[in-house]
Amino acid sequence: MSTIVPFGPQHPVLPEPIQLCLELEDERVVSVIPVVGYVHRGLEKIAEKKDFIQDTYLIERICGICSFMHSMSYCMGIEELMSIPVPPRALYLRVIWAELHRIHSHLLALGLLADAFGFENLFMQYWKSRERIMDAMECTTGGRVMLSSCCIGGVRRDIDENQKKFVLDQLKEVEKEVTSLNRTMMEDYSVKQRTVGIGVLSKEAAYAQGAVGPTARGSGLVMDHRMSGYAAYRELAIEPVVETAGDCYARTMVRCREVMQSIDLIRRAFAQLPDSELKTPFKGNPSGEAVIRCEQPRGEVLYYFRGNGTDKLERLRVRTPTFANIPAMLTMVQNCQLPDVGVIIISVDPCVSCTER
Amino acid sequence: MMTINDVITLENQQERISALLPQGYRFVTMTAVDSTTHFDIYYHFDRDYELYTLQLKLDRDAALPSISGLCFAALLVENEIQDLFGITVTGLVLDYHQHLLLTKDAPVKPFCRVPGVSVSTVETAKGGEQ
Repeated sequence: MSTIVPFGPQHPVLPEPIQLCLELEDERVVSVIPVVGYVHRGLEKIAEKKDFIQDTYLIERICGICSFMHSMSYCMGIEELMSIPVPPRALYLRVIWAELHRIHSHLLALGLLADAFGFENLFMQYWKSRERIMDAMECTTGGRVMLSSCCIGGVRRDIDENQKKFVLDQLKEVEKEVTSLNRTMMEDYSVKQRTVGIGVLSKEAAYAQGAVGPTARGSGLVMDHRMSGYAAYRELAIEPVVETAGDCYARTMVRCREVMQSIDLIRRAFAQLPDSELKTPFKGNPSGEAVIRCEQPRGEVLYYFRGNGTDKLERLRVRTPTFANIPAMLTMVQNCQLPDVGVIIISVDPCVSCTER
Repeated sequence: MMTINDVITLENQQERISALLPQGYRFVTMTAVDSTTHFDIYYHFDRDYELYTLQLKLDRDAALPSISGLCFAALLVENEIQDLFGITVTGLVLDYHQHLLLTKDAPVKPFCRVPGVSVSTVETAKGGEQ
């Protein structure tokens, strides 16, 4: 006989509201239905009512974790529609802020995962390191969450030598701290007990179900949209971080290693930072259709734009990475044990605000 | 700019999409656009970082056959389109009946344009400038 258990929308392991209706036989999950809609704000529709410059700051508010990457993706789309070239220095500064966002997002996710399996000390240590990244963002932009530093045609702010030194000093400390924490995450017996072999997603299933980001790379898919070379990633040459086991442990390892990769990318971006203007002035309104894809911390985001020559977009559509990862998450949860559901969900690092917009 | 690789119809929709999957394309997402006289439905697929987009022009009163039987990943976006545009999607493997994102007291078809009144036609004299 089966039992229906509503997991969420309010649950200690969930940072945002989402519900999974679990059908259980004893403690085994036999089927699952996702229930979303708790934080739908209709941002795509609001974007049609604001002008396309105001939308830069509206779109940044889709998510508090990858906010800069949302504004960057939006600006890239408008720049493509209006053929606005972006100065080289702005491209590198975008990479620096985007990678700072990736680090703080991954540290947040790693902390939440530790919290989900009850390793409170590890949770707090990851978040302590994350504070250094928040400080670095505040130092360079004035904002810890909403940076508002990206604008159509470039960026609104430069990073001077003092700020650069502060960021690099913080990264040095984060690297030292996270290296030690990652060792615990990778080798500790209690962590492995809760993550190895749990919530397995095969490579074939990940591909067929459209999984993206660390969820896809943890299943062996070599897929990182930074490889397409947008912003300054072409010059910085990036190699995707891939694990093959497809379980919660593999997804976690991808994030642990990507933190180090991002630190390296920021250092190289600072070392190669060219001198140029920060933005290209422009005039006119966007017209035509464009699709832009970028690699956010949780995976690939897709933006669709339709401009009609007025100052308001006719349609703006955002397909966020968590939206793409939900079908894969349902596969992972099938046949798992009830106590593992929370760990599996957090191993995907879902962002519900992004998903519902 | 966006490239539309193929224009499909309701008659050949399932056949064209079925033919893409064995070629290694994977489903990325769908986009619905209210073009006032009709809906434009775009199916985005991907292979090796290349986007492959199919366009389907859907009459305002027509139903859209679901592709969730072919691509399970289309389940949520088809339900979302049903919610936000009021398009009836038939054959969904899981149908939320227009309440995936919207509550029962929410506005109906909130993303549809009101015929004759477009929110996107206000033009400024000199356009945006920054």
